[in-house]
Amino acid sequence: MNFNFKHEWIETNIGLMAVLTMLAISVGGLVEIAPLFFIDKTIEKVDGVRPYTPLEQRGRDIYTREGCYLCHSQMIRPFRDEKLRYGHYSLAAESQYDHPFQWGSKRTGPDLARVGAKYSNEWHVQHLIAPRSMVPESVMPNYPWLLSTPLDISDTAARMKALRKVGVPYSLTQAEYDANVVKFGETVARQLHIPDAQKNLLEQANFGNYDGDRSGISELDALIAYLQVLGTMVDFSKYTDDAFVKYR
Amino acid sequence: MAVTTYSGAEQYNFDIVKKFAVMSLVWAVVGMFVGVYIASELAWPFLNFDSPYFSFGRFRPVHTTSVIFGFGGSALFATSYYVVQRTCQTRLMSDGIASFTFWGWMAIIVLADISYVLGYSQAREYAEMEWPIDILIEVVWVAYLILFVGTIMRRKQPHIYVANWFYLAFILATALLHTFNNLAMPIDLLSMKSYSLFSGVQDAMTQWWYGHNAVGFFLTAAFLGMMYYFVPKQAGRPIYSYRLSIVHFWALGFMYMWVGAHHLHWTALPDWTSSLAAAFSILLLMPSWGGMINGIMTLSGAWDKLRTDPIMRFMIVALSFYGMSTFEGPMMSLKEVNALSHYTDWTIGHVHSGALGWVAMITFGSLYHMMPKLWDTKIYSQKLIEWHFWLATVGIILYIVAMWISGITQGLMWRTFDEFGNLKFSFAESVAAMMPFYAMRAIGGMFFLTGTVLMTFNMFMTIRQGKRENAILEAKLTAKLANA
Repeated sequence: MNFNFKHEWIETNIGLMAVLTMLAISVGGLVEIAPLFFIDKTIEKVDGVRPYTPLEQRGRDIYTREGCYLCHSQMIRPFRDEKLRYGHYSLAAESQYDHPFQWGSKRTGPDLARVGAKYSNEWHVQHLIAPRSMVPESVMPNYPWLLSTPLDISDTAARMKALRKVGVPYSLTQAEYDANVVKFGETVARQLHIPDAQKNLLEQANFGNYDGDRSGISELDALIAYLQVLGTMVDFSKYTDDAFVKYR
Repeated sequence: MAVTTYSGAEQYNFDIVKKFAVMSLVWAVVGMFVGVYIASELAWPFLNFDSPYFSFGRFRPVHTTSVIFGFGGSALFATSYYVVQRTCQTRLMSDGIASFTFWGWMAIIVLADISYVLGYSQAREYAEMEWPIDILIEVVWVAYLILFVGTIMRRKQPHIYVANWFYLAFILATALLHTFNNLAMPIDLLSMKSYSLFSGVQDAMTQWWYGHNAVGFFLTAAFLGMMYYFVPKQAGRPIYSYRLSIVHFWALGFMYMWVGAHHLHWTALPDWTSSLAAAFSILLLMPSWGGMINGIMTLSGAWDKLRTDPIMRFMIVALSFYGMSTFEGPMMSLKEVNALSHYTDWTIGHVHSGALGWVAMITFGSLYHMMPKLWDTKIYSQKLIEWHFWLATVGIILYIVAMWISGITQGLMWRTFDEFGNLKFSFAESVAAMMPFYAMRAIGGMFFLTGTVLMTFNMFMTIRQGKRENAILEAKLTAKLANA
């Protein structure tokens, strides 16, 4: 066999060059991304993680709208200092319903993966409106408009339907609802039922009164509801220290 | 003189190159101004003015989009259209498609910037544009691919010049990355809001596969294409090694796509993925330096030009920063280093040593070479180029030194324990420690921006001078024809 490869073949043929370039640049992504959808160990088996309630999800929408991810991560790494500062390292399971993920890449402010239930609602209200009144060193912008802007709840169901299409187990039918009861329990399943979305949102907002203002539901209500649930879904006291090591 | 101008105008479509070149400078000024502004917001938070429209979170994508896609993108359109025509000795396949890519691309940047300020964002770094803008990008990009490949197919000689390989790889890779990273479900066909198709760990991997290769192909391969044409042209010497260009082209294209996961070290991404990415990141040093060596060595035997030619200086400094940041990158992808550097300003400094040092400097050099030729004149002021060079260089150094210090300080403060094993510093204390460096960074940015403004003025005057010379020439020609 006499096969004398010459690079000249490629440089004189744009079709061949385009095809070979495409092949060269496709391999990396295929090898690293595709298996993540199929390898069972990618996402830990853990109890407690559920989709967001309508109000929490609307809060998350505000979190992404304001670009919070540009200064706050939601991904605690398995280091001693991060455990002391933020808590147990983040699991993949904890962001499995996050479309899009908000792990972040920069900590101009602290990590928020487990900020839920650490501060009171009143603290959050004050801190979001005027961060430096609570933390003098802070460089965070003030967000006064979140309190003064009423939350638009008209498209809550449409948002949940879109999320359902991309795989979040919000229920539309009775069968889906029943499946959620089995998977998450009845209290959670009720929150995930799209036909009741607006009713559920109003109930949670009125009951929680996150922004301390009873006159209406503000964007701040939703955002604080979201912040207060971050990292609280998994009860780590139920698991041993090395329970998740095998998934890494 | 007149004869070559006229035949040049017919042989090549320089009109489209001129448009993109001018807009590249306009977006540079806009994008870098916003950059300086948001840098100042971090140092002096009152600049957020309690307004949603100026707040850092909404403004930062305006900066990244305007500089990467506005300034960088326009410069790439301009130079790729120039280079492909010159090296293939043929006119662009279609003036209509060329014009469509120009107006389409400008619309994309303007719409994207406005939509961020209004609160529309996919919340994916460097891909914040919502789905309608993403579709527009897809359409313009396919038109660009057709035009570029179609023009190469009309080339007057058998070989495709190496600069065009890099431009081709950049166009193909960007199409691939853009498509898969922006798969999303709109909540309604009349709404800008959408949710990404993937979630959590898979979404993170897809995003950083995109994110790092936006650097690898948009900000590296394409600018290497620029380098492969303009450095030899400016130096008046052929490329140092043909063989090296082949080897590093294929190695770079293949390896870059593996490294994105080094942005996700120590996260919930499985270890095998990020370790693989780290290994490829280290390997990537070789093809990266292959490109740097090929560019710098092209000047061997003509080093004296560095003393006399400020444009050459821009190019060589660009290649030096390219070499430096492609060494720093693999180092930061080592897990132990990354444990310290990740989440800190060190990453921001690293990006800017690549973006300002390499991307912007090679672009400035190339535009200084190309723009006088397009308008058939000489540069208005060499002195201003000198000023620009020093302002830019000092600006970069201030910027990256500030970010090195603040980044390493942050990383160390976060992991310092006291004698009882408790955390020594609160997070707020680490924020307070950043203040002087955030101010220093903003000042570095101001230096760089000032240089860019000088260049824009210089090019404006050059264009005016070119137009005036051309008008005089034309008047003379008409007079001659009338007399004859």
